[in-house]
Amino acid sequence: MSYELIAVGASWGGLHAFGTLLAALPDEVDAAIVLAQHRGPGSVRGTLESLLQQHVARPVSEPDDKEPIERAHVYVAPADYHLLVDRGRFALTTDERVQYARPSVDVLFESVATAYRERAIGIVLTGANADGAAGLAAIKERGGVAIVQDPASAARRQMPDAALAATVADAVLPLEEIPRFLYGLCCEAP
Amino acid sequence: MGADPLTDAHGWRSGSLDDLEALEIELLLEGIHRRYGFDFREYAPASLRRRVRRRMDGEKVETISALQDLILHDPAVMERLLLDLSINVTAMFRDPGFYAAFRALVVPQLRTYPFARIWVAGCSTGEEVYSLAILLAEEGLADRVRVYATDINQAVLEQARLGVFPLDKMQEYTQNYIKAGGTRAFSEYYVARYDGAQFARSLVDNVVFAQHNLATDAAFNEFHAIVCRNVMIYFDKSLQEHVHRLFHESLATFGVLALGQKETIRFSPHEESYEVLDEHEKLYRKVR
Repeated sequence: MSYELIAVGASWGGLHAFGTLLAALPDEVDAAIVLAQHRGPGSVRGTLESLLQQHVARPVSEPDDKEPIERAHVYVAPADYHLLVDRGRFALTTDERVQYARPSVDVLFESVATAYRERAIGIVLTGANADGAAGLAAIKERGGVAIVQDPASAARRQMPDAALAATVADAVLPLEEIPRFLYGLCCEAP
Repeated sequence: MGADPLTDAHGWRSGSLDDLEALEIELLLEGIHRRYGFDFREYAPASLRRRVRRRMDGEKVETISALQDLILHDPAVMERLLLDLSINVTAMFRDPGFYAAFRALVVPQLRTYPFARIWVAGCSTGEEVYSLAILLAEEGLADRVRVYATDINQAVLEQARLGVFPLDKMQEYTQNYIKAGGTRAFSEYYVARYDGAQFARSLVDNVVFAQHNLATDAAFNEFHAIVCRNVMIYFDKSLQEHVHRLFHESLATFGVLALGQKETIRFSPHEESYEVLDEHEKLYRKVR
């Protein structure tokens, strides 16, 4: 199966988790990667992206509305918008917060499920609320792969726990083992 | 040779549920256009789909086709969907850096005109209009600048005209106002009334609220500044290009176009007609 997009969601503890995951990700995993990290509206534009860029060779950026989605690129959802995907491009909205969050992981994941179906991978990491659970279930329902960080190893376990309650994950893994699992999905023959 | 997953028990090829949903949305938008004249066919699909699904929940129907049935036969349902599609959530002094840049870069230019016009296109519930009105008043421009606030939806315009915003937002708005370079106490501009903050009527003495449809209506005046922030994100590329042409036509030379934080004029039809005033805050000046 050729996976085109990996969508990752986190809240509390997400910066460290994303950094760890990206730093260990083999170059051969060249799907587009889209990160939704809960951020306050005052979050300075570009801070999260530049912090992550320090860990990672592949380009990290905050997409503009309608920007094309490119393989081997890492995209970070901007603060105070919901990030969606649609026909190969990003779409932004300023709709109401979902579970107090904007960007919302559910909003991203649900659009990824619809747009990419069985070519999508969704990953829920550490976080202190239930955002992402419904979205991960949607990805799984459309034939995509659902990965959840092992709650016991997460900085905050609420988000992974909620995800596991909402859907049957294809893998429940400590952070360090997720890159290897992705490599297996994307680059090894079945 | 395995069974074709797209062929069902009857031997018919059918697409996925998402293909079906996409078809239903297309039919819904066509129905709305023909019945009511509103054209949402070039709205961005992802955000449109979210709002249609929300309306489905609101009307308690299970399918878009069921929603279409209600919409075509009951104008009140159309009214509710219109509200869903035209209210863009925003905040007073959202992106305070933008207002600070407007103060620093656009206001000095506005001062050079004996009389100036600003168009707030897609003003929705009016938060941006009142923010601009406050800024202009503080800069001593209130009686030399007329603001035209337009929106597709008459009901929403009425709400904007009233100038009542939720009281529980005032703390957030006060912080924004301060960061935007506000020179007074924010609370001077409103009076608490039940759950609402009623903003001073004098702020809109020089504001014209009028209905205007960016997709279908023509240019109606020439402006020294056009503010359209986080409105075009709800349009698809084709409609965005149409609106950019409209804005270019409606701007005086050296007039300023102001977009939302994650919007850009790059790749738009008139990209070469503007110089960048502030790339970070999305302020562009028309030069040709």
